[in-house]
Amino acid sequence: MSYDHPDVILCPGGPMLLRGRHTVEDADGVPHETTRPVTAVCRCSRSASYPWCDDTHKVLPPKLRPA
Amino acid sequence: MHRPRLPLPRGPLSEELLDALPVGTDFRATLAAAPSATGDDAALALWVLHELHYRGFAGVDDALEWEPTLVRVRTLLERDLETRLRARCTPPEGRPFVADVLGWIDDQEGVSLARHVHHDADRDQVLDLLRARSLYHLKESDPVSWLVPRLGVPAKAALMELQYDEYGDGDPNRLHHHLFALGMAACGLEPAYDAHVDVAPAEALEQNNALTLFGLHRRLRGAALGHLAAFEATSSLPSRRMVHGLERLGFPDELVAYYAEHVEADAIHEQLAVRTICGALLAEEPELEGDLWFGAFTCLDLEDRFARAMLQRWGVEERAA
Repeated sequence: MSYDHPDVILCPGGPMLLRGRHTVEDADGVPHETTRPVTAVCRCSRSASYPWCDDTHKVLPPKLRPA
Repeated sequence: MHRPRLPLPRGPLSEELLDALPVGTDFRATLAAAPSATGDDAALALWVLHELHYRGFAGVDDALEWEPTLVRVRTLLERDLETRLRARCTPPEGRPFVADVLGWIDDQEGVSLARHVHHDADRDQVLDLLRARSLYHLKESDPVSWLVPRLGVPAKAALMELQYDEYGDGDPNRLHHHLFALGMAACGLEPAYDAHVDVAPAEALEQNNALTLFGLHRRLRGAALGHLAAFEATSSLPSRRMVHGLERLGFPDELVAYYAEHVEADAIHEQLAVRTICGALLAEEPELEGDLWFGAFTCLDLEDRFARAMLQRWGVEERAA
């Protein structure tokens, strides 16, 4: 038996989980290396730790949260 | 390795226990005192018995971890604790855990110590908080590690993905409870979890006792993972508040770094805990959904009780999160 093990998981209303080592380029073209087995990439664009998630999406009104 | 010291007793049961442990031969008086123990006394006795499973104590025989009379005492105290926790538990009915727990947690209005630290706490209050928190933060994630052999393949792999990050991704310098020890030492606090037990309120002991209860009993694996989900889901934003408060008060960078790490790590871990870990558990063992809610509820309830106890001893008025 094999199990689903996606590289990317889109969390409803929250971040994108990204498995493995990657380089993520932010909106200004600055590269950011992942350092963990799984990284949460910000999808609401308001994280103080951008491009990584810092849970800021939780304090946004529902309509401003990612789908 | 550092061998913890025995704490000071808080009543008849813990007095019997702490007298008997260094001798190590006769625990009949301890057993006799167990059924009537309550409050601080019962909480401390259970905490001490649980510690035999973690690091033990200086001057106490390691073999007492499985001494039958002490296991009996532990069982009596754990039954009483679980009964109280279940009696308090009023989880939402009929809501799917994976889809709804994060939203449910956001709607709860517990007392927030992080908010107090952010805006109002003074230096002594923060040091008092660090001492009380040290009971857990210096063995952060350890109670959850007991679950690993008790899970099916997908839940086990998912839990290890999270735990690997908790334990520093293979780098001891990034291991979370070591980061907290570095932060304590930089503040001039002894970074050993036996050092501050005597000043920790019963509510802090009970938080630790509940975690160990859930971790040590295979039948409570659902409660343990529900607790994990709620713990991770109430960490990232409060850790950001801790960072701001610690910077406001001029605390050392090492301590700030511990909380800054949790802003980022726990924004990941809450999603893993709910979606990949609890989700995988429920796919194989759907009958455990009630215990997931029990664990999540207990996590928030015990933190709320702890927060109220700390604010009360500082003479601070309660404010919701």
